[in-house]
Amino acid sequence: MSTQQQEPETQEPETQEAPEDPEMKGAESPQQRRLDEKQERMVDERSESEAEAEGETVHIKVFRYDPEVEGKQEPRFDDFYVPFEKGMTVLDAVMYARDEFDSSLTFRHSCRQAVCGSDAFFVNGRQQLGCKTQISELEQPVRIEPLPHQEVVKDLVVDMDHFYDQMHAVEPYFQQEDLPEGELEEQRQSRENRENVKMSTRCIWCGACMSSCNVAAGDNQYLGPAAINKAYRFAMDEREDEEIKEHRLRLLEQEHGVWRCQTQFSCTEVCPKDIPLTEHIQELKREAVKKNLKFW
Amino acid sequence: MYEHDVIVVGAGGAGLRAAIAANEAGADTAIVSKLHPVRSHTGAAEGGINAALREGDDWELHAYDTMKGSDYLGDAPAVETLAQDAPDETIQLEHWGMPFSREDDGRVSQRPFGGLSFPRTTYAGAETGHHLLHVMYEQVVKRGIQVYDEWYVMNLATSDEADPNDRECHGVVAYDVQSGNIEGFKANNGVVLATGGPGQAFDHTTNAVSCTGDGHAMAYRAGAPLEDMEFIQFHPTSLPSTGVLISEGVRGEGGILYNNDGERFMFEYGYANNDGELASRDVVARAELTEVNEGRGVDDEYVHLDMRHLGEERIIDRLENILHLAEDFEGVDGLVEPMPVKPGQHYAMGGIDVDENGQTCINGLYAAGECACVSVHGGNRLGGNALPELIVFGKRAGRHAAGETLGEPEIETGYGDDVEDETDADLPVQPGATGLETSGDVAADGGVTASVDSLERAVERERERVERLMEKDSGIQHAEIRSRLQNAMTDYVNVFRTEEGIKKALRIIRDCREQYQDVYVDDPSRTFNTDLQQTYETRNLIDVAETIALGALVRNEFRGAHWRQENQVRDDENWLKHTLISWDGGEPNIFYRPVILEGEEKTYEPKVRSY
Repeated sequence: MSTQQQEPETQEPETQEAPEDPEMKGAESPQQRRLDEKQERMVDERSESEAEAEGETVHIKVFRYDPEVEGKQEPRFDDFYVPFEKGMTVLDAVMYARDEFDSSLTFRHSCRQAVCGSDAFFVNGRQQLGCKTQISELEQPVRIEPLPHQEVVKDLVVDMDHFYDQMHAVEPYFQQEDLPEGELEEQRQSRENRENVKMSTRCIWCGACMSSCNVAAGDNQYLGPAAINKAYRFAMDEREDEEIKEHRLRLLEQEHGVWRCQTQFSCTEVCPKDIPLTEHIQELKREAVKKNLKFW
Repeated sequence: MYEHDVIVVGAGGAGLRAAIAANEAGADTAIVSKLHPVRSHTGAAEGGINAALREGDDWELHAYDTMKGSDYLGDAPAVETLAQDAPDETIQLEHWGMPFSREDDGRVSQRPFGGLSFPRTTYAGAETGHHLLHVMYEQVVKRGIQVYDEWYVMNLATSDEADPNDRECHGVVAYDVQSGNIEGFKANNGVVLATGGPGQAFDHTTNAVSCTGDGHAMAYRAGAPLEDMEFIQFHPTSLPSTGVLISEGVRGEGGILYNNDGERFMFEYGYANNDGELASRDVVARAELTEVNEGRGVDDEYVHLDMRHLGEERIIDRLENILHLAEDFEGVDGLVEPMPVKPGQHYAMGGIDVDENGQTCINGLYAAGECACVSVHGGNRLGGNALPELIVFGKRAGRHAAGETLGEPEIETGYGDDVEDETDADLPVQPGATGLETSGDVAADGGVTASVDSLERAVERERERVERLMEKDSGIQHAEIRSRLQNAMTDYVNVFRTEEGIKKALRIIRDCREQYQDVYVDDPSRTFNTDLQQTYETRNLIDVAETIALGALVRNEFRGAHWRQENQVRDDENWLKHTLISWDGGEPNIFYRPVILEGEEKTYEPKVRSY
């Protein structure tokens, strides 16, 4: 196990210079004086806040594993001490650790704003998006692990193939064939109906729900909350005809579909987009019952 | 080796649309993307899609607004194509099930956006890009289009004639991130680059970590010029601490900007007496920074964007996502307090030089979306014009690459008789390749035109490059170079630009390039080696940043998003022309092509741009 603590290297002189003020109006003007004063004040404040922050570090323990690198084939935790900054997220902390201490530290990330769904980790025992989780709200040391119940590829990267397979299994695309034919003619949808499906359309495919689900852990074929929610998004959209909805409900009623859900609400609790997943699954169970009653 | 008719690189809005179009045209199509499609940065677009759908609006108004917004640097054939095709393409999304916001009569909603003469921004909450991306991915799944996700495209395989206009693109070389394998992808018909923006060339950006200008750099090194790279849009409302974007939709719905003295400065100080907060983005970004520079900023850094007066119901209905972003990334509750905002790098108007069909001067090489410059946006992109560009020009590129005829383009590409050379650029350092890196992207040692040969050679070159990077066990790491580059760009090639500052940036970029000769990859693993991938990306960022700074240096005028201290006026006499930079085997060449202002039926006369 390696324990690393390093001071960040000082910056290049060029980049440390304050950029010139292009709006400069001449050194004598009152405005320039005001700006100069401000500049000095800012420098003072900056050094104060730096002094305050000095020594304040965050201790993170990060799961490490690499199938082909000696010393990492046995999973372990590495400790990193990252200088704390206000607003720092778990993602910021692992990025800092990677860029400053160990460039082999591996995790997915992209948008940094909770929309690409790449960086769901298991942080202090809970599925969360790294970019959306403030370090200051967590107990230290912060344990950062890959999502449970998925195969680990390397460090915090898990194999998402099974998750994608389940998402694809519910025919996740609009199937209405009978479309308005006039020029620029759109399908009508009521505001209420759009509102009903709105939350379900927010899914970012991060996989946190699936990872938190006990049923999915025990039944590899269970569609899981994200895929069922994807199906809900279409089944409840009034723009698709009734028979398509029935087809969708048949897909969901199968052995590893909605009836597997044991309403433990774990998916709903971890969803970073606050999608009421469990409710959606329950609603689809009700819809399935209604459909079956109709055919009796 | 893999083989398809059309290879699309990148799986955001433009890439997915291109792939769907190529597939519909009957081509065997595959997408190769470093991210799984739903992770693409199109998903972060918030505002909406400009399209003239309603009575009282028409495509000509949209074209006019776009041309004015571009500060008369858009090419009319591109601008008019965008405006004409956007309505059908937007309705196409609706027919694919996109969950647009709706009016009481069930039709899709539209809202006002900056610089628009009609409220034509069609939206789905404040997360339009997320829905657009997912809807198109759904269509890709439906059609069974092959997606190679988490495959990083390292380079293009092109033939190596001396004149780039004679070259042909045969495919790409890609790296399977999960296994470390490097393979060739042969494209029988064409390669469409849809790799997005180069925002990571800057330190404070709304762009994702993945927006590293890979397509720009690969096309550039293969011989396609980059066009108008100096035109970088700084979005007026990004959150100060992270750069996370707060949609223009907030101002579209009536949000107000205040300075530290509580003044509505857009009006009080006359930045935009008619449109105020809804002036074009470049105007608002400069106004904000001027407020800060003159001492009226909040905490000397930012201004306030207030939407509280819109009321909770309207905010939740139309801008709910903004509440989450402000809360999660700035700790501010937009319902009870104003949100801090400042300009952040957001979008590159320039890009790979292409025509209306998406084709570059290299036969079989296409580009679409933010990485391309057709040019629709000219000197400044209007809010709500990026998403229609993805679907309109993504589709055209996909169809053309698949072999469909779309008519003769009016826009020229590449170096030719119609261009004018830059003769007296005062460069502080020599740009382009350093002595060490000439081992070529387009080798000059003769005559390889057979496509399989050029692909195999390209694969071999990348394998060797990777070996070198992995075997080297000391030197400098990419993160250090990248961060230096980003700081230089944000410090010196930002909203306000000076000759001296830009020259400083060029010197630092040169330094970064030289440092890069000593770069090494520390992670010894073949499995998911992001260290290696980012090392490649950093090289691309250096090339792209250099073209941005070069363009900014030679264009001594103030047009659209590009402001120069030394000449603070729009200089139509000298600068109604595009800046083009070609790699030229490592010795970049700068030249210009006149802008096309003649439309189908009228000529767009440059007018004073006031809002």
